[in-house]
Amino acid sequence: MASNGIRDRVAIVGMSCTAFGERWDRSADDLLVEAVHGATESASTNLDDIDAFWLGTYLSGVSGMTLSRPLRIRDKPVTRVENMCVTGSESLRGACYAVASGAYDVAMAVGVEKLKDSGYSGLTRASIPGDGTGGTLGTTTAPANFSLLGPAYAAKYGVHPRELKEVFTRIAWKNHANGARNPRAQFRTPVAASTIARSPLVAGQLGVFDCSGVSDGAAAAIVVRAEDAHRYTDRPLYVKALSCVSGDATGNVDPSYDFTTFPEVEASAREAYRQAGVHDPRAEIAMAEVHDCFTVTELVLMEDLGFAERGTAWKQVLAGTFDLTGELPVNPDGGLKAFGHPVGASGLRMLFECWLQLRDDVPADRRIAQHGRTLGLTHNLGGGPGECVSFVSLVGTEPND
Amino acid sequence: MHGIVACEAYIPYHRLERAAISTSLGGGVVSGARSVASYDEDATSMAVEAARSVLRTVPTAARPRRLYLATTVPPYLDKTNATVAHSALALDSGALAVDMCGGVRSGAGAFLAAAEASEPAMALLSDIRTGLPGSADEREGGDAAAAVLFGPGDSDTPVLAEVVSAAAETEEFLDRWRAPGDLASRVWEDRFAEHVYVPLAMDTLSAALKKADLTPGGVDHLVVCGLPRRSVRRVAAGTGIPADRVVPDLAEVIGNPGTAQLGVLLAAALRRAGPGDTIALLLLADGATAFILRTTAQIGRRRPAAPLAGGGGAALRYPTFLNWRGMLAREPPRRPDPEPPAAPPAYRSRAYKHAFTATRCTRCGRVSLPPAQVCFHCGAIDTMVSHPMARAHGTVATFTVDRLAFTPHPPMIAVVVDFDGGGRFRCELTDADASQVAIGDPVEMTFRRLLTADGVHNYFWKARPVRRAGGET
Repeated sequence: MASNGIRDRVAIVGMSCTAFGERWDRSADDLLVEAVHGATESASTNLDDIDAFWLGTYLSGVSGMTLSRPLRIRDKPVTRVENMCVTGSESLRGACYAVASGAYDVAMAVGVEKLKDSGYSGLTRASIPGDGTGGTLGTTTAPANFSLLGPAYAAKYGVHPRELKEVFTRIAWKNHANGARNPRAQFRTPVAASTIARSPLVAGQLGVFDCSGVSDGAAAAIVVRAEDAHRYTDRPLYVKALSCVSGDATGNVDPSYDFTTFPEVEASAREAYRQAGVHDPRAEIAMAEVHDCFTVTELVLMEDLGFAERGTAWKQVLAGTFDLTGELPVNPDGGLKAFGHPVGASGLRMLFECWLQLRDDVPADRRIAQHGRTLGLTHNLGGGPGECVSFVSLVGTEPND
Repeated sequence: MHGIVACEAYIPYHRLERAAISTSLGGGVVSGARSVASYDEDATSMAVEAARSVLRTVPTAARPRRLYLATTVPPYLDKTNATVAHSALALDSGALAVDMCGGVRSGAGAFLAAAEASEPAMALLSDIRTGLPGSADEREGGDAAAAVLFGPGDSDTPVLAEVVSAAAETEEFLDRWRAPGDLASRVWEDRFAEHVYVPLAMDTLSAALKKADLTPGGVDHLVVCGLPRRSVRRVAAGTGIPADRVVPDLAEVIGNPGTAQLGVLLAAALRRAGPGDTIALLLLADGATAFILRTTAQIGRRRPAAPLAGGGGAALRYPTFLNWRGMLAREPPRRPDPEPPAAPPAYRSRAYKHAFTATRCTRCGRVSLPPAQVCFHCGAIDTMVSHPMARAHGTVATFTVDRLAFTPHPPMIAVVVDFDGGGRFRCELTDADASQVAIGDPVEMTFRRLLTADGVHNYFWKARPVRRAGGET
């Protein structure tokens, strides 16, 4: 038994992404219609050409009819998927495997989330009857869960909490600077480091500006067999790797876990690199879109994804390694931080940035320098330290590279 | 011989300086402080804390077969509160657990029922006392619990004191009253109460002493309890028992904890009594009740712990106190309302939820919190045995301060605790200062009411800093 991967067997031939943000005037239905038609236009095709759909949404709808009803899709399968913040990427996985299996010629992955209708601050959870003990995650909020990483990282690597706060601030500053250049991003104003550093605390060392945007949005991708790709576009994006790890949730139970890493991310990255034949991700990848739900998350991910040695990512962040103009641009579109985080759409939004950047379809002011590299990485994480779901994909413009 | 084999008081961590009330509301400055049950405590949870202190060193054979919980502020009506304590203490299902709720006098009833039981029995006396802002009840009240365990005694858990006699006078009159649901009591003029109580109390004490074949001069320690303050003072000064034999009432440091006062002051008496001493307990509530106790030669074997050990912490702001007691509503965070536990899952996990019982893998020895069927370490299935964790101590592995989470007292402090001897648990840290938490801090577990939703009290466990006597961490 083995995980075989589907390297270069399917390709993305059309994509779209709505503007993310507080879309008070748009419903989830409206966002879905916009994203789906945007994707078909992008692939110069129409809805009738799509054989099957995978819809990712965390809390904005149930069943495939969340998609087929507003678009009036008739006599086609729509699979609704949910995997916490990996939801959008999960829809892509389903669509890719469906095409790779030969079951369908053309599949669409769609993700949507309408968070701003709840009136709440931050994300909420689905209500499941329980015993009142909160399980292993307790009753803390998402920023609090991720902020547990801070003191543990500082203690393990001898980083002063003040220094660590500077690192968080640098990450937020970078992602805001990137988002400011992106017309689809939720936050389009650069934010001064001093403003970020002084923002009111939400949990632990994390201030308001260390947290991703709560937003509405949708994104979609059309997946076909690699050999069919050029019927739709001259510049397809080949799927090199799809890797997903659902954690065994032992971190909050097993004292051997030290809260300075996401073992699930490390495992999913290792698997993705194996599928794609990547040996030195920092050198071989042109860009990465990672799950910066909170600034501390992005710091730890740099190590878990193999972009920096253990205990050194904080120095690399401060050195600008992951800036738009750095050696390995991370979240060039602004990330969850500035682009926003409509949960079900986020994974596909990350893929959309690879779609634009790797195919040279972005304005010069926010274009990354590829230096001959053709691979992009997307990473999603749902849950928190100690128990999470992690997804890593690699896509590239060259087949069989 | 059936008698007291253990007695402990539980005084919550928080204190309200009485001066803080007059600072806000005006009026004369009153000295001293009162104890305050935290926002996550109630009469049941405090009773459990007192009972845990009692049962800490008690062997299985001496564990109570009957549990009587007395309070004026039962968290539940219709539903028994003592069953929560029964479950939290992991008592045998064959042990009786009943409430004696309503008046302060219920405490005397619980004490008497436990004293006269034919098998090991524990009286849990617990109360949260307050009144309308600016009232004497608010100022002079206190919050506390006490647990008194009676049993036949053996070489491990000897009888420390036996009840020699008891006497009661019952009288119906309006001295204080409170309609169900009201936040505060009403009281008649205290000079009227004094008129009725003083002769009643004197007669009751005389009757109890006479049954015990004693005179007031034979009493070594006198405890006079009750909410009618003026009457209590008159009685304490007028029995003919010298003032230095009157056990101090702790009014200056904790206030009057209502139903719990009898147990809290009994613990104080047992702490200072020598072998063969006579203790007179007198309660003024809807009549009077008196108990004459005599200590045994074993009194030194298990003295109650100092009731203020670990307490006397953080001076509370008066608005916080009002908020905790439901007198001052605060704007909640913009988050979903908390949900109550569902009955079937709470029932299934009661050993964990109430008694904090984990599982331990018999193959690899790892401790799993919450209990699990599959071992997180070795993957073995159904190799688990129950593993009690309520008394385990641990250290903080990492922590955070959550300013967004719903809690009646923001911010919420969350810690990951690694227990000595194995097991990791993530939970709230209570009775703590958010700016003082650090990796490596020693913590212990405490039974708390996390929240109340749809009328359901969600009882579970939190960590708290391990404190030495004197209130230092």
